[in-house]
Amino acid sequence: MNSEKVTKNLLFVASIILILLAAGMVLTLASGSIPVFEKFGIQFIWSNKWNPTAGREQYGALPFIAGTIITSVLALIICLPLAFSASLFIGEFYKGTFFAKIIGTMVDLLAGIPSIVYGLWGFYYLRPMIVKLGLNAQGFGVFTASIILAIMIIPYATSISTEIISLVPNHLKEAAYSLGATRMEVIWNVTVPAARSGIIASYILALGRALGETMAVTMLIGNDNHIPKSIFGIGNTMASVIANQFGEAEGSKLSALIAIGLLLFVITGLINAAGKFIIKKLA
Amino acid sequence: MEDQKVIVDKLSSKSKDARRKASNGIFHGLVILFSLITITPIILIILNLVEKGYRQINLHFFTQIAPDSWDAMQAISQGKLIPGGILNGITGTFMMVGMASIIAIPLGIMIGIFLYENGNKRYANFIRDITDILQGAPSIVLGLIAYLWVVKYITHGFSALAGAVSLAIMMLPLIIRPTEETFKMIPNTIKEAGVALGVPYHKIILKVMMPTGLSGLMTGILLALSRVIGETAPLMLTALGSQYVSFDITKPASAIPLLIWNFYNDPNLVNLIWSSSLSLVAMVLALNLISKRIASKRK
Amino acid sequence: MVNPVTEIKKPVLRIQNLHVSYDKNDKGKYAVANVSADIKKDQITAIMGPSGCGKSSLLRALNRMHELYPNIVTQGKIFLNDVDISKLSNIELRRKIGMVFQSPNPFPSMSIYENVVAGYKLNGIKQKKNQRDEIVEKSLKDVALWNEVKDALHKRGNFLSGGQQQRLCIARALAFQPDVILLDEPTSALDPVATSKIEDLLIKLKKNYSIVLVTHNMAQAARISDYSMFMYLGELVEYGKTKDMFTNPSDKRTEEYLMGKFG
Ligand SMILES: Nc1ncnc2c1ncn2[C@@H]1O[C@H](COP(=O)(O)OP(=O)(O)OP(=O)(O)O)[C@@H](O)[C@H]1O
Ligand SMILES: [Mg+2]
Repeated sequence: MNSEKVTKNLLFVASIILILLAAGMVLTLASGSIPVFEKFGIQFIWSNKWNPTAGREQYGALPFIAGTIITSVLALIICLPLAFSASLFIGEFYKGTFFAKIIGTMVDLLAGIPSIVYGLWGFYYLRPMIVKLGLNAQGFGVFTASIILAIMIIPYATSISTEIISLVPNHLKEAAYSLGATRMEVIWNVTVPAARSGIIASYILALGRALGETMAVTMLIGNDNHIPKSIFGIGNTMASVIANQFGEAEGSKLSALIAIGLLLFVITGLINAAGKFIIKKLA
Repeated sequence: MEDQKVIVDKLSSKSKDARRKASNGIFHGLVILFSLITITPIILIILNLVEKGYRQINLHFFTQIAPDSWDAMQAISQGKLIPGGILNGITGTFMMVGMASIIAIPLGIMIGIFLYENGNKRYANFIRDITDILQGAPSIVLGLIAYLWVVKYITHGFSALAGAVSLAIMMLPLIIRPTEETFKMIPNTIKEAGVALGVPYHKIILKVMMPTGLSGLMTGILLALSRVIGETAPLMLTALGSQYVSFDITKPASAIPLLIWNFYNDPNLVNLIWSSSLSLVAMVLALNLISKRIASKRK
Repeated sequence: MVNPVTEIKKPVLRIQNLHVSYDKNDKGKYAVANVSADIKKDQITAIMGPSGCGKSSLLRALNRMHELYPNIVTQGKIFLNDVDISKLSNIELRRKIGMVFQSPNPFPSMSIYENVVAGYKLNGIKQKKNQRDEIVEKSLKDVALWNEVKDALHKRGNFLSGGQQQRLCIARALAFQPDVILLDEPTSALDPVATSKIEDLLIKLKKNYSIVLVTHNMAQAARISDYSMFMYLGELVEYGKTKDMFTNPSDKRTEEYLMGKFG
């Protein structure tokens, strides 16, 4: 074999390792989940009972699936007007100016703060505000976690949509202006429709981020293994239950946590695939 | 024809135009307001960290290991600064991130080059999809995986190696895509010049392509490092944490984010969370900044 | 036949001492320098000149398009039917002065139908469906596009040829019944057949509209315009009846340009 062949084969082997890694991850999670599915059946997914007491053990993932979806969707809703405004600020209103650069840099900085620091800040600064507002006696809960999550996903929701908005060609916007439209009318009727798929894709990817966030949520959601009673109630997400129950987990409980991990992996995978699909259609 | 003109004039009265102008102004105002709200948290977070954390930061903070609860309580009751620092976290973070880099950087670069070489082939697109899935995988799930693989079967207990494996899986996709992008940007002529001279293929990659794309690769690597350095959740399931400086990769190890978690859960040590968080954020932002510098120099 | 009458018509636009500069801080550098001219009503006025001489800059001053860009400064006065355009809201002004751009730019997110009535939608003018249908049909017939697209009205316009798209854009400008239509090299991206269709259309349209046309193509100006301006380095060098200018230019620079010496 000549050297070119050897190199190419080596690169090919590297790609095989990636496949093995991904396949291994899925298989490991799947086989780790088998005990809990054997014991409780497929109902594990939609059962809302979670009781680790020895002898009366019972596990169901529903409270965590519900908690995850509620917090993430709420976070996305809170994030939307903020991220959208920031995108318009950077990519349309003040495009290319010093102010846009400042806002853009600040938004990027948000992505650099570690999850645990968001958790601390949420615990010591945001939670007391929630208490003061009387939304919740201790300040823990879905709503608090969602606000922090919303802040954390802003950079993801902003990045692609800002870029796509700033790429909307000037000649389209000018066409609308030449018909007498105001800037707001141009944005809603020309810019946003032209950038629509990019905007949607970035919000979907941001949702994917929110679904898997662990530390900040764990520190704020209240860690209660029931379906949240309201958006101000306490609960748990799939990621946070793994984080705070893992330490003492063995047997069925460990298997239940692995199964929740598998479900989380699948859900985030699907959400991200949807986002990437839209982005690919754009290109 | 004329009636159409009348319609336009009638339906677009001056007062209506004024209303449209007003709502345009309000919209503009809202965009500014919401943009300012968007950047408020980052300003507050950094201010809060500095305000509460700067006092603990001194040389000892980086050269001594984390204090135990008892010593801290003594110091607090005497109104002194809590002794000790985060050395065990720093060494643990460097060890695990270093090991993760040793695994992920070469492998990631090789896969990135493979993708560049194979363009839009079906198999290459499949590899890209897998990379995307890995990139979207929640870090806690990667922690679970490393636990099931390494903690259970290799080190038979929580270990730095397990932590490194979880971080390596996380880094991998963050290296692969920038590598591919960087290589795509290198003009074909550079590669062809090498080929024309009969230089062996691996040498073209190592001696021609990599140096040309070095700044791109560095940007990707530094960003990947800045992402994993603050990870807590996967390390809780794998490295667990340790009170001492330990370089044994088969034993539990600490990391800065793990220390923050420990401090947070210990009422006597809780005052240390701010200075440790400040140091961690400073490290992450420094990595970010350097990578942006490199990236902007390239352009 | 129309000429003797139009001679006595009032100018639709009066431009007085117009300056346009792209650099707020360097006002000495003008893209348009001290241009004054009266644009005749219901005539085609061509603006010619070498690349970069300020044709587009002049044209875009007429509907205050420059306001979109904070760095651009315009000075001087422009009157539309004796009203100072700086006293009009830009909403109103742009309803009265339509614009067609160099490359066809129908809104990609809208159907052909929606494109024609885009001005109404953008301005929040609500109408009954039959009124809208009427406007769409009339405007498309005006630009001779009706027969070609009447079965595809609710499809997006991206399957149309460049020339058809450009006629759609003209229809979009016409749907609002403006007083003036500004066109910036509307045929430069089109082939000769599509170009001649647009030229025919413009000749037909001047019955009801005053047309200002920027063109690089001297033959085009000669074919369809009634009046011509020749600009050079931001200045209006010569302005008069097209016929006169082409047969007997009064400025040496105009003559050189027309003989193809530069441009
Ligand atoms: N956006 C801009 N920013 C800065 N300078 C500009 C801008 N647009 C035009 N200019 C400058 O203003 C002058 C006039 O430009 P303008 O576009 O009006 O010329 P033109 O006659 O339309 O040219 P062309 O035939 O190439 O379209 C030129 O010197 C040009 O470089
Ligand atoms: Mg021009």
